[in-house]
Amino acid sequence: MNALEIKNVGKVYGNGKVALQDVSLLVPEGSFFALLGPNGAGKSTLINILADTVHASSGSVSLLGHELFLERAWCKRRMGVVPQEIAFDPFFSPREVLKFSRGMYGQKADDAWVDELLERLELSEHAHKITRQLSGGMRRRLLVAQALVHRPKLVILDEPTAGVDVELRKRLWDFMRELNAAGTTILLTTHYLEEAEELCDQIAIINQGKLITSGSMKALMGEVASSSLCLQYAKPLQLSEEDKASLADFSPHICGDKLCLTLNKRGISSDFDVVYQAAKQRFGTPADVSIRQEDLEDVFLRLTATEQSNSEQGG
Amino acid sequence: MSSFNPIGTWTLFQRESRRFLRVKMQTIVAPALTAILYLIVFRYAMGERQVPGLDVDYFSFLIPGLMMMAMLQNAFANTSSSMIVGKIMNVHVFLLMSPISAGEAVFAFLAAAVLRALVVGSVLLLVLLPFSELTLTHVWMILFYGICGSLIMGSLGLIGGMWSKTFDDMAMVNNFIIMPLTFLSGVFYSVTQLPPFWQAINAWNPFFYLIDGFRHGFIATGDSDPLQAMGAVAALTVLAVLSSWYLWRIGWKLKE
Repeated sequence: MNALEIKNVGKVYGNGKVALQDVSLLVPEGSFFALLGPNGAGKSTLINILADTVHASSGSVSLLGHELFLERAWCKRRMGVVPQEIAFDPFFSPREVLKFSRGMYGQKADDAWVDELLERLELSEHAHKITRQLSGGMRRRLLVAQALVHRPKLVILDEPTAGVDVELRKRLWDFMRELNAAGTTILLTTHYLEEAEELCDQIAIINQGKLITSGSMKALMGEVASSSLCLQYAKPLQLSEEDKASLADFSPHICGDKLCLTLNKRGISSDFDVVYQAAKQRFGTPADVSIRQEDLEDVFLRLTATEQSNSEQGG
Repeated sequence: MSSFNPIGTWTLFQRESRRFLRVKMQTIVAPALTAILYLIVFRYAMGERQVPGLDVDYFSFLIPGLMMMAMLQNAFANTSSSMIVGKIMNVHVFLLMSPISAGEAVFAFLAAAVLRALVVGSVLLLVLLPFSELTLTHVWMILFYGICGSLIMGSLGLIGGMWSKTFDDMAMVNNFIIMPLTFLSGVFYSVTQLPPFWQAINAWNPFFYLIDGFRHGFIATGDSDPLQAMGAVAALTVLAVLSSWYLWRIGWKLKE
């Protein structure tokens, strides 16, 4: 079953701004899902629609087989959302915030779970402080704890690690991985693409309100990510039109002082020799050779940049 | 599966009541003090005078009015401040995200507003009663008007809070709508003392009926017929509560 089935969701804000256009995607149950996109792509709008803080203009969503817009209460009990903006009730301490939050989700008090969350998110020492006295990182962790306190089946995290230091980020992700292993579906947005690539098994990229791609991380990286053979010569090269024509199969380009030739796809080594020999034939033996694999960040930049130039041409 | 969320509603009610209990100097002690100050000022300004047109001394006339005014203002303050603080601090998103329906949310907010009004009213009564010869003549009438008034003001506070974008907007609603309506509603004078033009205008001020009816429960006399006004007050209460429920339901000014 899918944790989320988002069908043709669109959003036009009151001021006419089109934030989402016909976005459809599936979040399989039990997946660790990365929703990526540049700033202003519509990620938060989509999350806010799921969270019921923004109305969708069109489309439908089902959560674990239940229509989100029709069965809000049922669905809300099964999801926990960490909003992007840090918000806190100035009157209450972290422990009270968690207790109230759990109660609002219709669940009886569970001190053991509250304690565990405080412990895991390293807030135990601060459990009795007033939220106003917490640092930015602590407040963000409190938001995460708040989203988990009713033990949701689907956890949605909008930029949960912004402003959280490396060590804490790592521990936070370890915790998320544990929850995921125990069956919780996790959907997150982040600008740390390296982390997304490492953590997530599913991915969707949106840009300018439109879905660019979605599916499994493995498939995307296999299909879209390429690797390049980079050759360094003692004397920096200039590519003549003739050079370009003869190496056209490998889309030659100069990056820095290196000649880069595209190997077919990520991890396919059989092409290496063909490409290497072609380059060697043309320019001689290089002083140094390296292989550069595209990571998620490269793919992300490439996909979102293409889209941008396409739409600029179009518009 | 039933989608009612009694635990959630109860939790929200607790949150909304704890908010004002936690700052009781502001929310309970200060209104009591203000009322006492009014009382001292008017007591000595007016002396032993009777209220013209009514067979009652000014002091006994003033106390219920002040009580009701404090209750109305506190019911309004409880919902409106919670809404505006929630919006400015962005914590209202947690309420919107939670599985608490519009009806449940409005119920919890209004219950806390009524509780605050009743606490403030009782504190005032306890403080002022020893200085007066006031009796609780018709307790049911006091409760009817007190609770309906608090529900109306709590609803208006919710609506005002939803509408306001800033503390300034909220202060505007409070200073330009709520304050004039409550001050000009016959707390400090009998409306029969007003010129006919203002009397006619006053007949349309719902606060006048609330305060007059509430006072009637104590002094058994007043400017309006409290039994006749009950129907209108009940209707207005239902209208105010339904309006706030409807606006919450559609997410008016809360959800884009």
